[in-house]
Amino acid sequence: MKLTKLLTSAAVALGLATTAMAEDKTKVGFVFVGPVGDGGWTYEHNKGRLAVEEKYGDKVETVFVESVPEGPDAERVMTQMALDGADLIFTTSFGYMDPTINVAKKFPKVKFEHATGYKQADNVSVYSARFYEGRAVQGHIAGSMTKSNVIGYIGSYPIPEVIRGINSAYIHAKKVNPDVQFKIVWAYTWFDPAKEADAAKVLIEQGADVILQHTDSTAPQAAAQAAGNVITFGQASDMSEYGPLPRVSSIIDDWAPYYIARVGAVMDGTWTSTSTWDGIGAGMVGIGEISDAVPADIKEQALALKASLASGEYHAFTGPVNKQDGSAWLADGETADDGTLAGMNFYVEGIEGDVPN
Amino acid sequence: MDLSAINPVLLIASLMVAATPLLLAAIGELVVEKSGVLNLGVEGMMIVGAIAGFAFSVETGSPLLGVIGAAICGALLSLLFAFLTQFALANQVASGLALTLFGLGLSALMGQSYVGVRPPAMPRLDLPVLSDLPVVGPILFSHDPILYFGIALTAVVWAVLKFSRIGLILRAVGENHDAAHALGYHVVRVRILAIMFGGACAGLGGAYISLIRVPQWTEGMTAGIGWIALALVVFASWKPWRVLLGAYLFGGINVLQLNLQAAGVAIPVEYLAMSPYLITILVLVIMSADKSGAPASLGRIFHASQ
Repeated sequence: MKLTKLLTSAAVALGLATTAMAEDKTKVGFVFVGPVGDGGWTYEHNKGRLAVEEKYGDKVETVFVESVPEGPDAERVMTQMALDGADLIFTTSFGYMDPTINVAKKFPKVKFEHATGYKQADNVSVYSARFYEGRAVQGHIAGSMTKSNVIGYIGSYPIPEVIRGINSAYIHAKKVNPDVQFKIVWAYTWFDPAKEADAAKVLIEQGADVILQHTDSTAPQAAAQAAGNVITFGQASDMSEYGPLPRVSSIIDDWAPYYIARVGAVMDGTWTSTSTWDGIGAGMVGIGEISDAVPADIKEQALALKASLASGEYHAFTGPVNKQDGSAWLADGETADDGTLAGMNFYVEGIEGDVPN
Repeated sequence: MDLSAINPVLLIASLMVAATPLLLAAIGELVVEKSGVLNLGVEGMMIVGAIAGFAFSVETGSPLLGVIGAAICGALLSLLFAFLTQFALANQVASGLALTLFGLGLSALMGQSYVGVRPPAMPRLDLPVLSDLPVVGPILFSHDPILYFGIALTAVVWAVLKFSRIGLILRAVGENHDAAHALGYHVVRVRILAIMFGGACAGLGGAYISLIRVPQWTEGMTAGIGWIALALVVFASWKPWRVLLGAYLFGGINVLQLNLQAAGVAIPVEYLAMSPYLITILVLVIMSADKSGAPASLGRIFHASQ
């Protein structure tokens, strides 16, 4: 009895102590769709979290939950974070969109930031990166380097973000190689290394010698490496451990400056609900080093394309571009508006197959 | 749509690879459940096997040692479960879930320095003449040794359970542990050995993913295969050959649907994506109409004093 009492009072004291300490700390929560060691998407978000810790030191406390399924379970995790006193919660996958909005309604004082979605609220900001700019550079290299003219594309879910990437890569591959063909496989998962590797193998068996992926792990890189004579691109993270071949370049997401700015805004009370969509120019999207496996002239063209995307002088979706059914989308010289891009649910002309519902 | 892009020989060869981790884990769990123990820690033992096998083979340079190491580590981890459920008499469901969580965390910790490392390649069977045969060669005679081991293990487990004295004892313990105890069999000992066998198989299945199927180490890379193995044992009515059939169906349809997608077949992708689950369950449920039920003592705690 005595021991129990002692333990209880110790626990209470500890609880009081931590609450007292937590008062002057800003608590930031992160909800991740994969493990922090996935080497891709979640890995980069976690790097952003670590950058926040490094920047603010003792003034901030970060917590994260990894491998949270998209759907109702995400709501439970976010609710728990909010109940535990988080001031700001980053939810870092498209499928957390509705759960984030639902939980945000219940906790009006907690700030939420949802990545890659489009539903905003008074306490919910949205942020994303213009990955499609990076896809344009990838498409250019892929179209220039393919020998079989078959490019394999591993999609995760048929959401606008992924479809934008496919279209952008296709437009720019087609520009340098009119014979190019895209084979698209939907994995219906963000993270499942075995399945991603299977998808890559299937595409390679069916003649693809370039694999583009929009899933989070490095498994397709490993599969391409085992197959040989296939090139790949790092997705979300540099994945440079698979360079110089198969990985010849990459799209790198750099969330750290954004996370630092937003946490800072919560600290000094200037946080407002915003919508951020930055690309290569602002540094949110990086192009990983183009390896020596890429011929010098192609590398130069790719870097020039990157520079023109960064300066804003060229838009990755510049007309003339038709939709898949042949109807006109962008007239000559016209560029796509953000609204259409944000909700993109159609393929451009030349891509075979249908967008799944 | 271009079905000619699908090479049926390569398709069959890769479906066998895709099915093997599932088969290994499920066969192990089948033996565990036949002894009357429900171990929900398959996923945890698989992921630990995946990193242990990877680490062993990278450090020693021998994929075979890696695979053996994975089996040993899987069995060691399962001992934790055995201790909790057989000596401490803890609830099996809770202990199994804990084992999975523990395994996922432990593997992430062990794997810190192995991200992005390339494992030594597992040699494939290369028989003169036979491996070069058209069609039959790539399907039957040019895989890695673990794949053949998986099939052989299924046959052995089936034969042992059906024909041998050990199999009879194991089944007796699983059907009615009190009766088995009264007859003088060591219920706890039999169960611990079964649990260790299950752990070794799960570890092997995990190592197959990290060494052969992908091959790399990534945190959480088993991504739920352990749970599918658990479901497979139930749907296969605790029968080894049905487990093999189910694993090949599941792995096969998974690879087939990816192939159909890539070839641009005009079936909506969302149906293709769910087809492995649907068809496997459907086939096995229809087959299990013969009333073969679960081991009667499955999940029940045994203590000699009761």
